[in-house]
Amino acid sequence: MKQEITIALAGNPNSGKTTLFNAITGAHQHVGNYPGITVEHKEGRAVMGERTFRVVDLPGTYSLTAYTQEELVARKFLAEERPDCVVHVLNAGALERNLYLTVQLLELGVPVALGLNMMDEAEREGMIIDVPRLEELLGSPAAATVARTGRGLETLMVKAGELADARRDERWKPLSISYGPDLDPVLAAMAAKIETGGMLTERYPARWTALKYLENDESVLTRGRNADGALSLELEAMAAQVAEHLQATLNTYPEAVIADYRYGFISSVLKQGVLSRDTHAERIAFSDRLDRVLTHRFLGPILMLLVLYAVYQVTFTLGEVPMGWMESFFGWLGDTATAILPEGLLQSLIVSGIIDGVGGVMGFVPLIMIIFLMIAFLEDSGYMARVAYMLDRVFRIFGLHGCSVMPLIISGGISGGCAVPGIYAARTLRSRREKLATLLTAPYMNCGAKLPVFILLVAAFFSEDKTQALFLITLGAWTAALLVARLLRSTIIRGPSTPFVMELPPYRLPTARGLAIHTWERTWQYIKKAGTVILAISVLLWAAMTFPGMTEEKAAAFDARTAEIAAQLDAARAANNEAEIASLQEMAERVEFTRAEETLRDSYAGRMGIALESVSRAAGFDWRTNIALIGGFAAKEVIVSTLGTAYSLGDVDPEESGALSDRIAADPHWSARTAVSMILFTMLYAPCFVSVVAIRHETGSWGWALFSMGFNTVLAFTMATLAYQIGALV
Amino acid sequence: MTETICLRQLKEGQPARIAEVQARGELGRRIRDMGLVPGAEIEVVGRAPLRDPVALRLKGFTLSLRNNEADHIRVEPL
Repeated sequence: MKQEITIALAGNPNSGKTTLFNAITGAHQHVGNYPGITVEHKEGRAVMGERTFRVVDLPGTYSLTAYTQEELVARKFLAEERPDCVVHVLNAGALERNLYLTVQLLELGVPVALGLNMMDEAEREGMIIDVPRLEELLGSPAAATVARTGRGLETLMVKAGELADARRDERWKPLSISYGPDLDPVLAAMAAKIETGGMLTERYPARWTALKYLENDESVLTRGRNADGALSLELEAMAAQVAEHLQATLNTYPEAVIADYRYGFISSVLKQGVLSRDTHAERIAFSDRLDRVLTHRFLGPILMLLVLYAVYQVTFTLGEVPMGWMESFFGWLGDTATAILPEGLLQSLIVSGIIDGVGGVMGFVPLIMIIFLMIAFLEDSGYMARVAYMLDRVFRIFGLHGCSVMPLIISGGISGGCAVPGIYAARTLRSRREKLATLLTAPYMNCGAKLPVFILLVAAFFSEDKTQALFLITLGAWTAALLVARLLRSTIIRGPSTPFVMELPPYRLPTARGLAIHTWERTWQYIKKAGTVILAISVLLWAAMTFPGMTEEKAAAFDARTAEIAAQLDAARAANNEAEIASLQEMAERVEFTRAEETLRDSYAGRMGIALESVSRAAGFDWRTNIALIGGFAAKEVIVSTLGTAYSLGDVDPEESGALSDRIAADPHWSARTAVSMILFTMLYAPCFVSVVAIRHETGSWGWALFSMGFNTVLAFTMATLAYQIGALV
Repeated sequence: MTETICLRQLKEGQPARIAEVQARGELGRRIRDMGLVPGAEIEVVGRAPLRDPVALRLKGFTLSLRNNEADHIRVEPL
């Protein structure tokens, strides 16, 4: 066995790079994030022929500038980790544009092997690519591949391996192309100075650094200044001078000239016999015909609504079944633990704390898996790009992006979603500002866990027009999300909207393997991250609602009362008095419930609820509501069940809250305006902990996660108070 | 040299050649990265339901950009 070879996979988005990665590494891969940022880092292992490869999947990029995180990550990896070889995956059908990245890779000097992917499609469109000629002109090995079927992959990897072995101990050999009479002399002069000064030369070829100075590349400039301040100033002055000259003589600037010459170089390579087109075969592609219908002025939006509705419908109908299994499983687990463990704190901790808490999260796994599968399908098929294309104009008004629509819908935009997969779905947004605004507003949507709260309150106070009330609530969530997005985008995440220059990839039928891998890796992340955090939170919440417990006298009084009723019950049973038995049993239940209420009142959570009453009264919430809402910080499912305990109704099944709703309707503390206030608060306040963790995960900072908790709670309380106080005037 | 028009005014289905890209900074770079450079042949293949953004066909692929981004590109109808 030879030495392991590290290869980096580079390529444009939509070039089939991920499919190729999956095909060569199979299940031997793992996902992680680059520290501190949210760009995914995937690595896998592949064995081809007699070589073993460590394959690092770089983020998909069109270029190697410093504008996006993806590009910076890719560049940093190449310069710092110095892979033995880059395997550059190209979409053969759009060879010209794809080679733009190739040129930049070659200029960096790294050994590059080219995978001319999707060759089948290119051939069908009548393109004929002379691979040996391309190899000869670029000095890089190349192979025609079709990642979906596996065609050519072995050849590509063998060539990459040979290239890596041949170039292993050599210095990188950067490609040098001409940038014309205006730039070439100054480029040479700058490169010479850089070489002499030894500036960054251990990382980058001198001419490459010079080019980056001309392109005014912030990242390289900063490094240059740190390495050699004086030389950097000199280089910057040279770059500024040539920029001025170009502006004055040609009304252009270095970056544009550099791009023109790169495309010029590519075009000349292609014209030297690499690419020929059989124009007779050119026809309206299948994809274009589909687009005529799917993005049609009238049909497009209608079909889109149908598709989005279907996603939602399929997820929640299909998800119900396995969700039921998970619920039964955790129910069974709880019952078993109750039976095995002796009654007491340990039992309470394990059953009420751990099993209920973790079960609540795990119960969502099937749902999340299905929704991820659907998203993967929509993404891989190319439809998601069309949704963004059609809706961009609307979302732009609110400072969002066309790609924001899916996260908002998954989070509960049609009511009954979940913000956690919604937040993860915001990954498709490439632009940081819009992604942030989407992440922060997605939790306003009416997720499946908030619905029981709304249903409970609507049933109690607005039972005449339930449907309208629930529809209004959905509308309210959208209004809140869009307006807050607008607000955020004009204040703390202000900045120009990111360009929408976006590829509309041709429609393709996704591969089962790709779907399975995408779905699984996202689901697993959810299980891992959410599972650990929720476990800790559940235990904490359990402790807050259990300790310090009631005083011994109080407990003794309850014990005495229970024993008394038990004794009376025995007597009634002996006398066979049916009516008496029933009434005593009911009384015993009442005592249990009152005890639960008293325990809760005396617990830390109860004390907190009472302490908060002075503030929360402004919005109409009493201490019982406060506890429920505090519980809701962890998970919105907790709200209804805690209200049940607080109103001494025992465990309330969130799905069947009828009794609780009657009780609340009859309670003097409650009125329609309290209900409106509570609905608003529940809709808007802090996202559940799992969502907070997801926000932290996706933004890469606890700052934003904490911001969403703080800001949302303040907003929610303000709106709730306003509604409650205005309600008093009406 | 024939007359150039703004890309926004280009009719659907009318092939054209890019004459000039005036965008700078991030937008300029994105546009160039996608192969929208002087000399490239393009065709408007569709517009979104609200007439914005616009879908362009280049050699071998389709991309979309907003009208206000198209304003930075001048084309020469063929």
